[in-house]
Amino acid sequence: MIEQLFPNVEWPTMWEATYETIYMTVISVAFTFIIGLLLGLLLFLTSKNNIWENRAVYTVTSIIVNVFRSIPFIILIVLLIPFTRALLDTIRGANAALPALIIGAAPFYARMVEIALREIDKGVIEAARSMGAKVSTIISKVLIRESLPALVSGITVTAIALVGYTAMAGVIGAGGLGNLAFLEGFQRSRDDVTLAATIIILIIVFIIQFLGDFFTRKLDKR
Amino acid sequence: MITISNVKKLFKTKSGSLTAVNDVNLNIKEGEIFGVIGYSGAGKSTLIRMLNGLESPTSGTVDVNGKLVSNIKGGELRKARQKISMIFQHFNLLWSRTVRENISFPLEIAGVGKKDRDQRVDELIELVGLSGRGDAYPSQLSGGQKQRVGIARALANEPEVLLCDEATSALDPQTTDAILELLVDINKRMGLTIVLITHEMHVIRKICHRVAVMEDGRVVELGDVLEVFKQPKEAITKRFVQQVTEPEETKETIEQLVREVKDGKVIKLTFVGESAEQPVITNLIRSFDLQVNILQGKISQTQNGAYGSLFIHVNGPVNEVRKAVDFLHSAKVGVEVISYD
Repeated sequence: MIEQLFPNVEWPTMWEATYETIYMTVISVAFTFIIGLLLGLLLFLTSKNNIWENRAVYTVTSIIVNVFRSIPFIILIVLLIPFTRALLDTIRGANAALPALIIGAAPFYARMVEIALREIDKGVIEAARSMGAKVSTIISKVLIRESLPALVSGITVTAIALVGYTAMAGVIGAGGLGNLAFLEGFQRSRDDVTLAATIIILIIVFIIQFLGDFFTRKLDKR
Repeated sequence: MITISNVKKLFKTKSGSLTAVNDVNLNIKEGEIFGVIGYSGAGKSTLIRMLNGLESPTSGTVDVNGKLVSNIKGGELRKARQKISMIFQHFNLLWSRTVRENISFPLEIAGVGKKDRDQRVDELIELVGLSGRGDAYPSQLSGGQKQRVGIARALANEPEVLLCDEATSALDPQTTDAILELLVDINKRMGLTIVLITHEMHVIRKICHRVAVMEDGRVVELGDVLEVFKQPKEAITKRFVQQVTEPEETKETIEQLVREVKDGKVIKLTFVGESAEQPVITNLIRSFDLQVNILQGKISQTQNGAYGSLFIHVNGPVNEVRKAVDFLHSAKVGVEVISYD
């Protein structure tokens, strides 16, 4: 049955491409989460009327975030080729896609982190200060903990965007399902290959969404 | 316990600078419940935040139990804050933590071990009357219960001073009274010094020993609560006292009556302390040939004694009425003949 529906699909190749897509997504989501969280915290803490209020730092960070968030991803990949080559000695393969994926997604997530932190009641931060909490305690036990549901739903949205980015990165030779769909499917006019790759990408997206919703609901005690 | 000397606080705004607190001097004694009353924008909120260094004065000093809170910084200030707790109008609990974990938070900050933390939290839950609710999240609690968590959290590190920032302003009247009773109980049991700010004279009447009235950043009146109720000097203080003694509806009723009364006089009597318990009206009726009609009356209890007000209408020969007024004056009762001409 499946053989009839997808006559041209070589399944071992398809599974390898799936693995590459998942690999790129997982690694880039992990780095995006860490870098985005740090940038978001920096944006929040240095903003007006906040603990580390600093207009210069805020403005510079904000401009960097906005610039990288605004560059279309496909152009960002091309622009980052020299950087990637210097970093990894190659511009091919799944690893070579990672710098572009992370640099493209982290600023996007940083803004979401900043918004999530701004949603926290200022009074709660004041209460923690009135108890004699250090800034590091406020960050770990108040800011991150209180905004965790929003941080998780934010990383869910970002992860889904990253799945899409990996497909685009595939076009320039990073491997993965996007690469397979483009080279084996589109360019050789084998629509069944394109369809199979698309279905697998959809399944990955649905799983991410399900996990994200599950954990957001579990964490939200409001 | 707390000495505030020549404290001034300026805020820079776009349209120049704003003086939030202007040359305030206060001395708050150990074990006292001290109230600061004022309308919003009077500077009371800024003033209370200078007591734990959340705001620092532009000039002047704040001394809390021998520590110069206005001048210390960093670790020393954080250490001092553990002994100067605060509760808030909107409770400011961490919604991601249970009641237990919320109360435990200041203990974590102070570096108390897990075992001691658990034991202390159990005591505090018992103390504020939240037994059985320890594993609930703040979103599952009523406003009064949330403030109880706030109080338990504030008491965790055995503070010397408790600051209350409009702690009952978001609560309904019954819950307000229950929380105020809890504060009095804590004050008596632990000898804790309490400083509270409010815009409700009811709160001052019910629990404070002394009160400072603030207007435009200055303390315009200061004294024992009962004295202030008896003889408010400033116009703003009189207005606050009336919040408790003369609700708006009473004022309207009395005005109406005064307009309708053709003969005799409407008199407002105020009783303070012992005189509130004397049979003044009985004596008045027995001694003079007058008709006495009681229009409205009220007695309020303060921490230093009772305070009452009574509106009466007396009617009879002009001479008798005058003598009756003299008699009331001599009976240590505040007398005010009301007329709206």
